[in-house]
Amino acid sequence: MGKVMQAATEPKGLGIAGRRFTKVNEIIERHGKTASALIPILQEVQEEYRYLPEEILTYIAVAMGLNPANVYGVATFYSQFSLAPKGKYVIKICDGTACHVRNSEKIKEALWKKLDLSDDKKTTDDLRFTVETVSCLGACGLAPVVMINDRVYGQVTPDGINEIIDQIIAEEEGEKNAPEQN
Amino acid sequence: MLRNKTELDRMRDEWRELYKKEKARILVCAGTGCVAGGSLQVFEALRDEVEKHGALITLDLMAEQKKTGIATVKSGCHGFCEMGPLVRLEPSGVLYVKVKPEDAPEIVEALIRGEPPVERLLYHHPPTGEVFAEEEAIPFYKNQQRNALANCGSIDPEEIREYIARDGYQALAKVVTELKPEKVCQEIIASGLRGRGGGGFPTGLKWDLTRKAESDKKYVICNGDEGDPGAFMDRSLMEGDPHKVLEGMAIAGYAVGADEGYIYVRAEYPLAVQRLKKAVQAAEDYGLLGKNILGSGFDFQIKIKEGAGAFVCGEETALIASIEGKRGMPRPKPPFPSTSGLWGKPTLINNVETFANIPRIINNGASWFRKAGTDQSPGTKTFALTGQVVNTGLIEVSMGVTVREVVYGIGGGIRGGKKFKAVQIGGPSGGCLTEQHLDLPLDFDSLLSAGAMVGSGGLVVMDEDTCMVEVARFFMSFTQNESCGKCVPCREGTKRMLEILQRAVDGEGQPEDLEVLEELALAVKDGSLCGLGKTAPNPVLTILRYFRYEYLAHITEKRCPAGGCQALASYTVDPKKCKGCGRCKKACPVQAIAGEIRKPFVIDPEKCIKCGACVKVCAFKAIGRG
Repeated sequence: MGKVMQAATEPKGLGIAGRRFTKVNEIIERHGKTASALIPILQEVQEEYRYLPEEILTYIAVAMGLNPANVYGVATFYSQFSLAPKGKYVIKICDGTACHVRNSEKIKEALWKKLDLSDDKKTTDDLRFTVETVSCLGACGLAPVVMINDRVYGQVTPDGINEIIDQIIAEEEGEKNAPEQN
Repeated sequence: MLRNKTELDRMRDEWRELYKKEKARILVCAGTGCVAGGSLQVFEALRDEVEKHGALITLDLMAEQKKTGIATVKSGCHGFCEMGPLVRLEPSGVLYVKVKPEDAPEIVEALIRGEPPVERLLYHHPPTGEVFAEEEAIPFYKNQQRNALANCGSIDPEEIREYIARDGYQALAKVVTELKPEKVCQEIIASGLRGRGGGGFPTGLKWDLTRKAESDKKYVICNGDEGDPGAFMDRSLMEGDPHKVLEGMAIAGYAVGADEGYIYVRAEYPLAVQRLKKAVQAAEDYGLLGKNILGSGFDFQIKIKEGAGAFVCGEETALIASIEGKRGMPRPKPPFPSTSGLWGKPTLINNVETFANIPRIINNGASWFRKAGTDQSPGTKTFALTGQVVNTGLIEVSMGVTVREVVYGIGGGIRGGKKFKAVQIGGPSGGCLTEQHLDLPLDFDSLLSAGAMVGSGGLVVMDEDTCMVEVARFFMSFTQNESCGKCVPCREGTKRMLEILQRAVDGEGQPEDLEVLEELALAVKDGSLCGLGKTAPNPVLTILRYFRYEYLAHITEKRCPAGGCQALASYTVDPKKCKGCGRCKKACPVQAIAGEIRKPFVIDPEKCIKCGACVKVCAFKAIGRG
């Protein structure tokens, strides 16, 4: 706890911890310190960092006057929250009934193979891709469905998903090289 | 800002006149399904094309409308997702399917010249090849009765004026100016409307209970946490006609005496969240939500709450806990939310579709509503028709139509000419119905008697290749994963049931498993705290009831009759068909295939890992799977 308090009182703009907590403070201020704001706060913090670092959870609890166990409990209850860093591209493979009977499993296998991931390893080492299965994206008419960040892809095949990933990688490489060309 | 009903009426008439002046209208479906298919690019191409022709026809219209008098707008989901991206023309009612951006010039030119529609983009009915120009004539739509979904696909959901032009907010105006809250509840009771979220509890009764509860503060909650895999009716409604949901909620608020409402939407539905937020803002701007609505003295505000991914939050007490910022876990009932709900105050909680039915009941009367459906289950119901059926999509039918009418009449039968095996209804809380149930009416009570339930309305059709034991395992793994862990029967029971089903699918089932499975299923059903656990065994129980032989084949013969379970498959070479080319031998990753060139090859079952690689490469279809 001592460590957290120290971080909280750290002057603004000094060190990484100071800067990060400034952002968290802003989010908490905007939502207000009522218990019902906890989930929207966690959602926004996660959007900022792409995951919920444990020290930030404790910080949020202290700042909001909540029990840290409660905050941890909420953060681990909902599947949207992740306590481990996620990739820049979060790939959600729908495994709802409609997608399941139209072979969504094969897409997952193709992705795992392509990105060298497994049930235990969901994010690539370069933090570029995270692959997870979700129960239903509600686009059953297009089964099987894959969602990459906020974009939905319908009637996906194992070959098709490989092409999509290649395209993303190509775009990423392009962006990386672009400044050098200028 | 509309100050009273007269101003609302005047505005409706004004907008109606303006919309009438539109020469033609091109609606591009912007539901999640069509957007995934590229409908936004189609929209842009059409808009550019319409603008290009701007000089040809000039007609003075509203400022933001094109000079051609052709408006290109984005609509909500038409439901026929399989055929997307969809483009609808009005007033002709022509529906183009699978439209690509490059089709835009042809569509616009035909429209401007008044030529017949572009035939190659029309819907061709697969069994007959018949071409349908008008949306309403297509068999998929012809057999439907669209009521809650009436505006979905034909209005721009981001434009409140279109909703107002179609008598939107008239029902709200009527109740706040003419009816007493008690009278509103009576009307809903008289309509016989039952909760569309799956349970089928009489809506009017729920309203009246909340109305009678005494408190200084009450809430209305709209349950948009549509978590059932295979269901997307609520998403389409929230995306396609958000104002109807808001209007239904405001009417409910007036009837029960609440001044604050929440819509709880799944985090997986970003488009629905965005459209609802926009709709709330527009309704507030026009004075249809907020303080002193239409000068009546009635205040009602609506907030949007995004879920964070937990299936159990579809259960009302868990949902309430989640809005309060806690872990979304259910609590025992009573007290019911109608007496002690959100922050301990009386709370009315209804499903999205339930609210969407309210405005029309108020406008047309309870007896109008009762014209559709059965005596005990009046009205229409939306279903998400998916799986191995020709036409998948969102449908709305009169309650009491048969499974056959839905699967064959609207769905167009089974894909690839395969045989119908089962239809799974109601998701992980429902059950599987078989061929013998094809003539069973789809209503709350008939389905319960068959061991299934309406649930939220997902209908997943399965063909002869689907293994029912695997389906049972799939649903059990879903509910086991989503069990919140609060009560023991659900937390432990679903886990043990899943283990038994997993064993069966892996070919390691034990004879005594069946008895234990059935006993566990009943214990979980009886002993669980909330709806999730109480209904979790339904898929297993119906499968054991109607497909017992299939389960037994997995256990006693270690065989999967549908050929769906990889672990139970066995591959053999048919010596009569095999030409001895040796391609299978090369493809086999474990060297399980042996033989001489030009003589039949043989698979060693001991070495075979059942990957199926040999089947794929065989040019003579000589390798069979049993």
